[in-house]
Amino acid sequence: MKYIVKKAGTLIITLLIVSFLSFFAFSIIPGDAARSRLGTEATQEQVEALQKEMGLDKPVLVQYGNWLKNFITGDMGESYSYSMPVSDLLKDKIPITVALTLLSFFLILLISIPLGIFTAQHEGKWLDRALMVLNQVVMSVPGFFLGILITFVFGLVLKWFTPGAYVSISESFSGFLSYLIPPSVAIALPRCAMGVKMLRSSVISQMEKDYVRTALARGNSGHQVMYGHVLKNALLPVLTFWGMTIADIVANSIIIEQVFTIPGMGSLLITSISNRDYPVVLGIIMLIAALVIVINFIVDILYGKIDPRIRVEQ
Amino acid sequence: MKKFRNLCILLLAVSLTAVLGGCQDGKDGTTESQDNSSSQETEAEPTMGGSIVVGIPQDLEDSLDPHKSVAAGTKEVLFNIYEGLVKPDEEGNYIDAVAESHSISEDGKVYTFKLRPGVKFHDGTEVTVDDVKYSIERCAGINGDGTPLVAAFSNVEKVETPDASTVEIFLKEADTEFLAYLIVAVVPQHCDDLDKTPVGTGPFKYVSRSPQENIVIEKFDEYWDTENQAYLDQVTFKVVGDSNAIVTGLKSGSIDMYPRINSTQAAQLADDQDLEIYEGGMNLIQALYLNNGEKPFDDEKVRQALCYAVNRQEVLDMMADGKGTIIGSSMFPAFEKYYMPELVDKYPQDIQKAKELLAEAGYPDGFDMTITVPNNYQQHIDTAQVLVEQLKQVGINAEIQLIEWDSWLSDVYGERNFQSTVVGIDAAYLSGRALLERFTSDSDKNFINYSNPEYDSLYEQVKKSTDESEQIDLYKQMETLLADDAANVYIQDMAAEVVLRKGYGGYVFYPLYVQDMAKIYKTAE
Repeated sequence: MKYIVKKAGTLIITLLIVSFLSFFAFSIIPGDAARSRLGTEATQEQVEALQKEMGLDKPVLVQYGNWLKNFITGDMGESYSYSMPVSDLLKDKIPITVALTLLSFFLILLISIPLGIFTAQHEGKWLDRALMVLNQVVMSVPGFFLGILITFVFGLVLKWFTPGAYVSISESFSGFLSYLIPPSVAIALPRCAMGVKMLRSSVISQMEKDYVRTALARGNSGHQVMYGHVLKNALLPVLTFWGMTIADIVANSIIIEQVFTIPGMGSLLITSISNRDYPVVLGIIMLIAALVIVINFIVDILYGKIDPRIRVEQ
Repeated sequence: MKKFRNLCILLLAVSLTAVLGGCQDGKDGTTESQDNSSSQETEAEPTMGGSIVVGIPQDLEDSLDPHKSVAAGTKEVLFNIYEGLVKPDEEGNYIDAVAESHSISEDGKVYTFKLRPGVKFHDGTEVTVDDVKYSIERCAGINGDGTPLVAAFSNVEKVETPDASTVEIFLKEADTEFLAYLIVAVVPQHCDDLDKTPVGTGPFKYVSRSPQENIVIEKFDEYWDTENQAYLDQVTFKVVGDSNAIVTGLKSGSIDMYPRINSTQAAQLADDQDLEIYEGGMNLIQALYLNNGEKPFDDEKVRQALCYAVNRQEVLDMMADGKGTIIGSSMFPAFEKYYMPELVDKYPQDIQKAKELLAEAGYPDGFDMTITVPNNYQQHIDTAQVLVEQLKQVGINAEIQLIEWDSWLSDVYGERNFQSTVVGIDAAYLSGRALLERFTSDSDKNFINYSNPEYDSLYEQVKKSTDESEQIDLYKQMETLLADDAANVYIQDMAAEVVLRKGYGGYVFYPLYVQDMAKIYKTAE
């Protein structure tokens, strides 16, 4: 309980710092939301009137104070570009990015756990070596490039899916999910490779431990030792990696969403930055920051579950 | 981020060239067949019904309210939903829309409109004179906080409705060209959330929008002009920000039409049998705009030297395979009545002369300069790169500085804090004024700080004149002055290439930046 309170405290302080920094970064970079919206035909008079309407004529600290006050009461403001509340805007975008993230994460687990164990068990054999070379190659290819490659090969040449034909959830849920598969593969593959490599070395180092020899000497089968003892210990360092991966996927989806024209949070973030639509930008940044902190929190709890020695209450 | 994207484009281009290695000679073949097919166009029989997906490069991010929207990309979509008292046609004339007829008083101060009976808004209510009055007053800021929503309407003094079918607009100062502004949308008085749900009188009505995704409009069955009803039942404007995704979308069939592809995209699509490329003018004045208020460009000789140093045909060849139209002043060819082709060759490339002029101005060894270019316009970046090379020949050492569009708007356009910049300027209205007013000395839009009393007085005369041919003559004198003074290094009206899937037809180029979807049809199979 105490731990949760402490974590919640960290969450709030981090969000405060992040929002403060983003807000000030926004006031420093050149460009003006009012002028951006009014374009080249505007008179000075119009620009000033709109600045006043948006509250941009006030000092930055006052603007920040106002924003913070509203944010605490659950009001994230109204988007300049879309004339709708930021919360409504995000409500439609979050499920898309979350679906993409979960799908990618699921793929990572699905591929990297079996492969990691398999390569560790066959350490040094030719199949392991071949897989490790392949692994190295996949690991070094950036996600966006894989995205382009997948679009080209599977979309344009083999025609397995139609690039750019994004299907929204409301139209068809299965269509939506299947459109997300190619991009999540693009996101997942490099991280799968990293996951395999980590799990493999983690398992191998555990296999060399004394307790493994003891367990085998007591007559346990290789399988029993692997799934009963080794895996549990080997997962600990990998767990941290997976926790970081989720945050990483969210960050990566910003690029991948552009490549596959998925109208998720990433695309919204990018256009909102160039439109100087700071209520939206801050909303998204807050969300991502909170997500990262919450995931770290979950990882901490899982640690305790797997290894009681580092249970967090103590 | 930007780097990443450019890198992906580069990588894709490389992989495409590698894979499609052998299609170079096929390309010439398609150009020929394109010419053939455009002559065969008349064969295709238009049919009613169907739908189309149109790609647009950016979402409608300013406002769906027609009086508040400013981005060309927003206006070209809203054009299908809204109409004004008058509306432009493809030849650049005004035809009556919500109004049935119009007349302008001798002194150019009173505009009288007879309302067309039976024009309906998309919500089924009939347009009344009160709606028209409300719309004009809204633009002029009368009854509001006094700030006009549309700058040009600050000249409106009052609007009167003597009877149920007549609207009179009184201007503060005589203006015989005010009709050009009256393409501004007529909106219903009873709707107060136009920025969320547009309601107009146009051939299409608004259905829905999903930010970053699409805007859907559908045919309005009760459109007043029964002879020019829309063919298509539904049009989806799909937001495709990534230039790569546009190409894949067109190839894969998820987009049926895309206005204004660039030359790289055109090259990637040229061999696609399902697509047809139409070519027209973009109606933009692309120029190396020079800050006339700052050294060294406050000197006319330096500006002229720059004009002589530049080879514009080479620019066109390098950036767009020679497509585009070279221009010599702030007017593009689609504005036929104002356009002066004789200005095009005013400054042929002449390195020797450029050097002499520079020496006379006190820069025998040239100088360093910065060209500021918004980083979201590849065509302007390409142009700037060619210019840098050409300027080297006269000893001018130019450096390109890329900035975000938003910074461009505030620093270059707003603060006028720049040396030179390459951008394209479009016309918001079908009048010479739309392009030429901005260079009068005290105009808010005169970001290049051009100042010539003669130019200013010519513009005063235009405003007073009530005779169109006299106005045209005055505008032409203004264009000539801009060219004589070498206010900017005028380059070109860029070629616009529109991609349309085979099976659709009816694309029409306008002298304004609009997409008329009502004219697009599906051809009979």
